[in-house]
Amino acid sequence: MKFLLQRIAFYLFTAWAAITINFFIPRLIPGDPVTSLINKFQGQMSTEAIQSLYVLFGLDKNASMWSQYIDYWGQIFHGNLGLSFTFFPTPVSDILKQSLPWTIALVGITTFASFMIGTALGVLAGWRRGSWLDGLLPVTTFLSSIPYFWLGLLAITFLAGTDSFFPSSGGYEPGLVPSWNGEFIGSAIQHSLLPAITILISSVSGWILSMRNMMVTVASEDYITVAHAKGLPERRVMVSYAARNALLPNVSGFALSLGFIVGGTLLVEIVFSYPGIGYNLFQAVGAKDYPLMQGVFLVITMSVLIANLVADVAYLLLDPRTRKEG
Amino acid sequence: MSAPASTVTAVTPEGPVEAAAPAKRQRLRFVANPKAATGLVVLAFFCLIAIIGPWIAPFDPSARSSDLIQAPSGKHWFGTTHLGQDIFSQVLVGTRGVMFVGLLAGIIATALSVLIGVSSGFLGGAADEGLSALSNVFLVIPALPLIIIVASTIPSAGDLMVALVIGLTSWAWGARVLRAQTLSLRRRDYVEAARATGESTWRIITVEILPNLTAIIASGFVGTVIFAVMSEITLAFIGISTISEWNWGTILFWAQSQQALAQGAWWWFVPAGLAIAVLGTALSLINFGIDEFVSPRLRSAGHTKVKTTDGHTVRMRVGFTPVLSTSSAKEPVTPVLRKTADKAKGAA
Repeated sequence: MKFLLQRIAFYLFTAWAAITINFFIPRLIPGDPVTSLINKFQGQMSTEAIQSLYVLFGLDKNASMWSQYIDYWGQIFHGNLGLSFTFFPTPVSDILKQSLPWTIALVGITTFASFMIGTALGVLAGWRRGSWLDGLLPVTTFLSSIPYFWLGLLAITFLAGTDSFFPSSGGYEPGLVPSWNGEFIGSAIQHSLLPAITILISSVSGWILSMRNMMVTVASEDYITVAHAKGLPERRVMVSYAARNALLPNVSGFALSLGFIVGGTLLVEIVFSYPGIGYNLFQAVGAKDYPLMQGVFLVITMSVLIANLVADVAYLLLDPRTRKEG
Repeated sequence: MSAPASTVTAVTPEGPVEAAAPAKRQRLRFVANPKAATGLVVLAFFCLIAIIGPWIAPFDPSARSSDLIQAPSGKHWFGTTHLGQDIFSQVLVGTRGVMFVGLLAGIIATALSVLIGVSSGFLGGAADEGLSALSNVFLVIPALPLIIIVASTIPSAGDLMVALVIGLTSWAWGARVLRAQTLSLRRRDYVEAARATGESTWRIITVEILPNLTAIIASGFVGTVIFAVMSEITLAFIGISTISEWNWGTILFWAQSQQALAQGAWWWFVPAGLAIAVLGTALSLINFGIDEFVSPRLRSAGHTKVKTTDGHTVRMRVGFTPVLSTSSAKEPVTPVLRKTADKAKGAA
């Protein structure tokens, strides 16, 4: 329990740090591109909306940094992230609310699946060191060196097309209205298959490799020798003795590298025009839509923090030592 | 393990020579690792292209011509773009930007990670708490979106700026690993001895501790270069860094924005992507070489199957007692012990 509380405190601290970074980035960098955007939309924006952008980007030069900071926090707590310029006049929070479920479904499920598959293959590769499974390693290294988005481009060229089963872009059939019926869900799954496979192929190798290396290390521990000597079946030694202990560092590695993985997977959304957060970020960058960019960054960071917390709980369940201390 | 054939070969002149060779090459052991050697050769090739690329490129990468969207041919090895630009020249010229940003960002991030990681591990106490909290924060915050946000806020981000942003945001992983290793080194006897003889803290860190961290620092550097190259190409691909400077990401940016896919112009994005993948693989191979150099256990075992005198094969594995499988009994049997155990069971 103490472990969990410590982690929660750390994530709260990180959340604070991320929001503070977000506060300072537009203020430290010279020139304010937001002013010109505000001028462009001058007639169409309410004074309230302009005021919120002033608070977010520190355009009010008269206010002190401290009072700007307080105002900024007040606005974040109200979920007011300003107006998007790309989708004018929709508030940023509404856009994110729409696209977040898509990203969580695609990136969340595939990241988890890739971790599970990679770990399972890594257990085998580490246990049967020197067998044909070692030949997998160079192949997976090559696959993991390919940028996610480029693999996506290849997948679209070779697998998608007008008469193919795989659609090349979008999250669902253009004519459908998002709802919880069979037709829509089927279409959504069909559209997410190709991006999911792309992410899976390029992210799985990292897990295979780290799990293999942990298995190789664990396999020469004394307790494994004892388990062998007791005459336990090979399978049982591999799964309950070696893999169980090798898994722990991999789980904490999973938590730590989530930030890296999520960054890469967002690009897959761009290539497939998938209606998630990553595609929003791409649109925002193209249109220099700073409020949307900042909103996307905040939402991604918060999601990664929550995912980290979940990974920590999993670690807590897997490792009896952390429970004992509490 | 002692098949008669092997004892015969040991007598032939090749035997002693083979045994002596590794001892001579002690210093080059790292290069002798096939993975590291392959990686280093490929990396050297890319460095060479980065230096001479702009001179050997057959065309000006930005020069337009009348050969619009042409497939690879003798004149244009990698084909042409929608403006008739030569893609082969673009890849050659673009290598310099990629290598420059990758190496510079790697150097910046490695320097920061050594500074923060080692001092945090060595100093301990409040300084350690603060510094490791800082690196944990940077580790958890998604790096790529942060880099995108910062780079897009800076007006006209060139190669140097991109390298700075990537270097300043991606040191956390190395710092964390270095801190852990420093913590374990700090209390070793030889460091205590150095402290007892009155060596200054600075000297202990640079002379006693840093040399023992070389492998970790090197692998951290290579890892950061991989990440930096990927991030830079990503920035160029989504159109944040200036598109006037050529790099592999810029090529992909134009390929994507000009609908190369829909036009079936595979040559537009395949060479640049393959170049990225090959460079990334080379760097990963160097990293595996370093890992295996430090921890020989990780080496993928070459010939692990050994023939026994009675014609069975057994697989040798580090940390495992080889178990002979007899063809009559299905379950693995340890040669002598199990038989007596079975007899004992039968007797009982």
